Amino acid sequence: MKREMTGAKMVVQALKDQGVDTIFGYPGGAALPIYDEIFQQNDIRHILVRHEQGAVHAAEGYARSTGKVGVVLVTSGPGATNTVTGLTDALLDSIPILVITAQVPTFLIGSDAFQEADTVGITRPCTKHNWLVKDTNALSGVIHEAFHVATHGRPGPVLIDLPKDVQFATGTYEAPKPSTSHYQPRVKGDMEEITELVAAIEKAKRPVFYTGGGVINSGPAASQLLTELVDATNIPVTSTLMGLGAYPASGKNWLGMLGMHGLYEANLAMHGCDLMINIGARFDDRITGRIDAFSPKSIKAHIDIDPSSINKVIKADIPIVGDVGHVLEDILKVWKSRGRKTDTEALVKWHRQIDEWRKVNCLAYTASETSIKPQYALQRLEALTKDRKDRFITTEVGQHQMWAAQFLGFEQPNHWMTSGGLGTMGYGFPASIGVQMGHPDALVINVAGEASWLMNMQEMGTAVQYRLPVKQFILNNERLGMVRQWQELLHGERYSQSWSEALPDFVKLAEAFGAKGILCKDPKDLDDAIMEMINHDGPVIFDCLVEKHENCLPMIPSGKAHNEILLGNAQTQDIIDTKGSVLV
Amino acid sequence: MNALQIKKGATKHSAYNLRPTFSEIEERHTLAVLVENEPGVLARVIGLFSGRGYNIESLTVAEVDHTGHLSRITIVTKGTPQVIEQIKAQLGRIIPVHEVHDLTVEGPSVERELAMMKVVCDGDKRVEALRLADIFRANVVDTTLHSFIFELTGAPEKIDAFADLMRPLGLSELARTGVAALSRGE
Repeated sequence: MKREMTGAKMVVQALKDQGVDTIFGYPGGAALPIYDEIFQQNDIRHILVRHEQGAVHAAEGYARSTGKVGVVLVTSGPGATNTVTGLTDALLDSIPILVITAQVPTFLIGSDAFQEADTVGITRPCTKHNWLVKDTNALSGVIHEAFHVATHGRPGPVLIDLPKDVQFATGTYEAPKPSTSHYQPRVKGDMEEITELVAAIEKAKRPVFYTGGGVINSGPAASQLLTELVDATNIPVTSTLMGLGAYPASGKNWLGMLGMHGLYEANLAMHGCDLMINIGARFDDRITGRIDAFSPKSIKAHIDIDPSSINKVIKADIPIVGDVGHVLEDILKVWKSRGRKTDTEALVKWHRQIDEWRKVNCLAYTASETSIKPQYALQRLEALTKDRKDRFITTEVGQHQMWAAQFLGFEQPNHWMTSGGLGTMGYGFPASIGVQMGHPDALVINVAGEASWLMNMQEMGTAVQYRLPVKQFILNNERLGMVRQWQELLHGERYSQSWSEALPDFVKLAEAFGAKGILCKDPKDLDDAIMEMINHDGPVIFDCLVEKHENCLPMIPSGKAHNEILLGNAQTQDIIDTKGSVLV
Repeated sequence: MNALQIKKGATKHSAYNLRPTFSEIEERHTLAVLVENEPGVLARVIGLFSGRGYNIESLTVAEVDHTGHLSRITIVTKGTPQVIEQIKAQLGRIIPVHEVHDLTVEGPSVERELAMMKVVCDGDKRVEALRLADIFRANVVDTTLHSFIFELTGAPEKIDAFADLMRPLGLSELARTGVAALSRGE
């Protein structure tokens, strides 16, 4: 169906036709025509953030928790440049979002006009693709194509830059139709390679599934297929930070998270396995540690929709390019048709070995009766909320993030939103706003550190304005905890710039915004305080004063192998050698 | 294990196995990349190389299909086999990229480059420059009483060789187009 309308109206119409009902944004001069159209309709709800970075993280949280595309609308110049961190974050974590930036009119482009920035130039390396639209007639096609690109293949952020004169001009609108784009990534894996993998599974004596964000991105069906495959084969499964929730934490084959702050049993299983099946993960340096000592004796299968992930870091013996959901379906089909074989005897031994590792109890910490240990705070949060199916967790970045990954259990995909690849402090709070927008009645908790949280604290205004009952669970150690930990391990305990002085009174801060503040510093009060937070109908800042010098363990020091993992109360002095110290 | 990473007693030896994927030896590859001719596409390709730290030895680009708006980018790059594979995969991720061909491994190919050289000289040197130009089948496209501009087409090595000969004779300016390449046969 074709219709004549202005570019600004087209934006709103195209978003509606793509099924968008929520967008996050901030107006400005160049974006006024689109904002005028938004004013005159009720189908799309616009959430006014307090900073454009917050809009992008909110859209990421929305996208990750709903599986839909998160949409952002900002103005030109500073509005656009403020989205760069969020775009990069979404690129590294493969999150489908669409950012629409307004631009100065086409005849002013290149003249250093007011609020002009080369937005497509700046965002070229931090988007999956971007477009500058100079002709209103091309606009609707570009918007539909943008949704296609963001959601097909490896998902990612896309951006459309829209000059003001193109918004005002009239052109022909075309409704979405099946994509004619040449961009049609392959989703089915090669059957020969899949059969080779099944044969390897049948013979493996010490196999392990190593799953990542690709399982979540593939959709809930992929998580179900993964769970079916894991439980049918009885092969242990570990996951990256990004993949938590794809296999339920209560499942019998769950090893916990792997990697730098992963569980001892997960890392040793990776090190000692004879078949590693990587499903939708990318051998990130947080996972592999020292490359030449990474799982030295295993055959490595790698399933990824992005061919560039294969052999990028670790040589894949069985590479399978395809969408996780499709490939898992085929693996199950082939494995069943070949008689559902595994080396059950060897697997029993393998599980026994893993149970031995589990006995190390790597998450153990010294309890305290006088101060709240951050681990204890998260254990209590878990105990008091884990029965709620509608619990969503976001995090900021640092020690609290790793503790959350270690101590909280996720039973379903899309319930855990954290900045993995980029490690963006300030991600969690706006992300929690996006999650709550997608799930108005859910319990949305942002597990935060006080330093990260302050980076986007202005979004309290957004939470209060839209009555979003997001819970800000701040583990306040008055330190940049992870920086402090590294300075202890690596820089002779010289704590350069890693403490937070002049912190606000978080309770008063909450009250200043018209929200509720809760302070807790005694472990005996913790349960009641957490319940008070959960039961309050509205946004809460929970200031949990925790032990200041707690280290996050276990830890694989940089430059070390999986089997050189440090446990609690380990001797940590000079543990990272010169070679490791240049790594991050 | 020997340097080629072949396991002792391994029975399956293909040529592929002989070349370890993670070799440290750098190779020179010529890539042909077919892209949609839309604004910024060259910046995307170049940005990929600079952003990920890959080398560009030569790069040429022009629209080759005016109705389909397709351009052909020929890139000569250098890297370990693993890096070359990554470059190809990363190029393939760029949305307007339609095809990536590694002419170095896809069979025999022809590489040509065009160069123009201004040589300023008099007397015997002038005669010698003309004689050498004749040997190299270079054309004179401009002349004054004291200078020539030669136009020469050939493989990059041939142009290097001609430039080396012209240098002592008075080479004052050199312009090269970079390599264009096609695979041989049908």
